[in-house]
Amino acid sequence: MPTFVYMTRCDGCGQCVDICPSDIMHIDTVTRRAYNLEPNMCWECYSCVKACPHYAIDVRGYADFAPLGHSVRVDRNEEKGVIAWRIKFRNGKKDMDLLAPITTKPWGKFIPQLRDVSGPTQAQRDSQLLYNEPKYIRLDDGDIHTLESNGLKMKAGVYY
Amino acid sequence: MGHKTIVEDNIDILVCGAGLGGTGAAFEARYWGQNKKIVIAEKANIDRSGAVAQGLYAINCYMGTRFGENNPEDHVRYARIDLMGMVREDLLFDMARHVDSAVHQFEEWGMPIMRDPKKGSYLREGRWQIMIHGESYKPLVAEAAKKSADKVFNRICVTHLLMDESKPNRVAGAVGFNVRTGDYHVFKSKAVIVAAGGASNIFKPRSVGEGAGRVWYAPWSSGSAYGLLIEAGAKMTQMENRIVLARFKDGYGPVGAYFLHLHTYTQNAYGEEYESKWFPELQKMVGKEYLDPEASHRTHRPIPTCLRNHALINEVNAGRGPIHMVTMEAFQDPHLEEIGWHNFLGMTVGQAVLWAATDVDPKNENPELTTSEPYVMGSHATGCGAWCSGPEDVSPPEYFWGYNRMTSVEGLFGAGDAVGGTPHAFSSGSFTEGRIAAKAACKYIDDGKAEGIRVTDKQIRDREEEIFKPMSHYKTYRNEITAGSVNPNYHNPRQALDRLQKLMDEYGGGASVNYMTNDKLLNIGLKKLKIMEEDLEKIAAADIHELLRAWEVKHRHRTSECVLQHTLFRKETRWPGYYYRGDAMKLDDENWHVLTVSRRDPETGEYTMEKAPCYHLVTEEEEKKAS
Repeated sequence: MPTFVYMTRCDGCGQCVDICPSDIMHIDTVTRRAYNLEPNMCWECYSCVKACPHYAIDVRGYADFAPLGHSVRVDRNEEKGVIAWRIKFRNGKKDMDLLAPITTKPWGKFIPQLRDVSGPTQAQRDSQLLYNEPKYIRLDDGDIHTLESNGLKMKAGVYY
Repeated sequence: MGHKTIVEDNIDILVCGAGLGGTGAAFEARYWGQNKKIVIAEKANIDRSGAVAQGLYAINCYMGTRFGENNPEDHVRYARIDLMGMVREDLLFDMARHVDSAVHQFEEWGMPIMRDPKKGSYLREGRWQIMIHGESYKPLVAEAAKKSADKVFNRICVTHLLMDESKPNRVAGAVGFNVRTGDYHVFKSKAVIVAAGGASNIFKPRSVGEGAGRVWYAPWSSGSAYGLLIEAGAKMTQMENRIVLARFKDGYGPVGAYFLHLHTYTQNAYGEEYESKWFPELQKMVGKEYLDPEASHRTHRPIPTCLRNHALINEVNAGRGPIHMVTMEAFQDPHLEEIGWHNFLGMTVGQAVLWAATDVDPKNENPELTTSEPYVMGSHATGCGAWCSGPEDVSPPEYFWGYNRMTSVEGLFGAGDAVGGTPHAFSSGSFTEGRIAAKAACKYIDDGKAEGIRVTDKQIRDREEEIFKPMSHYKTYRNEITAGSVNPNYHNPRQALDRLQKLMDEYGGGASVNYMTNDKLLNIGLKKLKIMEEDLEKIAAADIHELLRAWEVKHRHRTSECVLQHTLFRKETRWPGYYYRGDAMKLDDENWHVLTVSRRDPETGEYTMEKAPCYHLVTEEEEKKAS
């Protein structure tokens, strides 16, 4: 399809519409349910599948090469910081459960508000440094790399 | 027309496109411009947009300086040889010296990065790649950008940049429309950072019909990074350097972790190693300097990606396809098998779907590989994009005009796919490039360079008319026919995209012609693109969603034109395996060890092409040897 929406599970909340990077999840004006408006611009990125609170969205592999009868389902849990996958093969011989972390820390809390941190000095502005450098690059208290520090020159011509 | 006009005025820094480049730009801009007004305009939803929307299982650019692994110049040399010499080494060095700080921040923010239990360093899958659980990579960096920006406008398709009318060649903001409400959005800004995407879907994909969205690079990456810049008159570089990927067949699943971490390898249909046998003949084409398997083996200097493609393509043409990835050995180890699957689930779920659908269990069967259709981009293993200024402490005079990552248009900066000559930046490098551009943009404003910007109402109204024209054109002509999509007065966006893809495939060296083109084909292609440009004036959009697709195809068309101009200009086959010029099959260092630079005159539409010198980072020792 590749994504499609089960009629009985969708309540038309629009979370898939909100997240789809390709702008192809839309609400049908007659049924008031979500649907994939343009399957041939779908990347099977699963963004909508992960966002749907009702597990109403599924994926069927692209018709030009994928036979029917398979399933790859996902449950992304932001609070627990994990994502769970279940992959069922068409022939029923393989059925895998896989789990992976999505974050090690609570969302957003460890990202600094740069408006509130003490601002850059003029010397920092005039240097090549970016925010929090050089300590974020190196442990040896060295500064950032320059041509001079690394014994390099820029030369025109052919070098291999 | 039934839409509102929404004007956002007095912006200091406008970030167009908020993938990895744009999020980095917005984040960093806040530090150097704490009282500046920072606004993001994003085509989708910043939480899941750009090429990293579905996640990444590796960060492909990390030096590891703090672990004593690599220095920036090592990475520059790697990118140089991979791109057959043609890179902007000042920009690459600059990106590489800052990229580690970006990655360390990601980890601090909660990105799960795998560690090597013995060494304590990050777990590597290769010299430059580290392994992550990156399903939520994009939501995570989006948080950082949202915390920094004053406003985030989601679902805004930016169609044009606004130009200053008090000073020629200076940017003054951007315009676009909201793909949900249909409202017309005007952003007046002192500086603009274009961090939009490269171009998928400009060459005919191998998938057909419903599957057309199954391309390697995101189908929503519509070449806006180039469309916006070329239209504004910015100089472009290396646009001929399109990339072809060797990937798992149909699903386009990534092969990096398979080769590097799982130690899988390829063989032809008959179980033979095939790569090396194509190298002696290829060496005659490109020279021993670029292809020396013996030296590569000794120095760990990799064989350029395009040349490995060349071997794959030729082996298939010789009738010994398909090429297989030998997974059956590695997958006997349950841990490696799990990594193999996670690798897809974290970034290309479609590949997992395909194997489940076709009962291909890589533990018991070696899957097929193929080469993709070409893509035009500036952040993966290829360097298309704008000709930008470099950092003041590294760049030679030809590469430097004051502000890092500023294009040849004043106040207009680039990051990620938008910056030319900087391949192998990938996600972390694009984010870093955004940070670099943001610092420079703040400096540009603080230096008073953006004073007195003027945008007349006429410019704003003219663009409005232009943007919504596909909808009025549809209304005018829709009722001349009974029903259906065939109309003598217009094409719809899909029909236009199909036409563009066929044209680029057949004349620009796409997959169906084995990546082969020549001067005759390219000239025909350019002529056809010119005619298509006239038809694009008559493109019709039935609704706002189609209006989005209409502007995407216009950006793709402009990108394509620039690609053909560059390909025609470089009279050599610099990258066999990415494309071939049948009329100039050899690499020609004597005439073409240069960067190509183009500029399209916004008034006349004419292109001027020039060569720019290629500068390399060298040590005293190398210099002596060369002289």
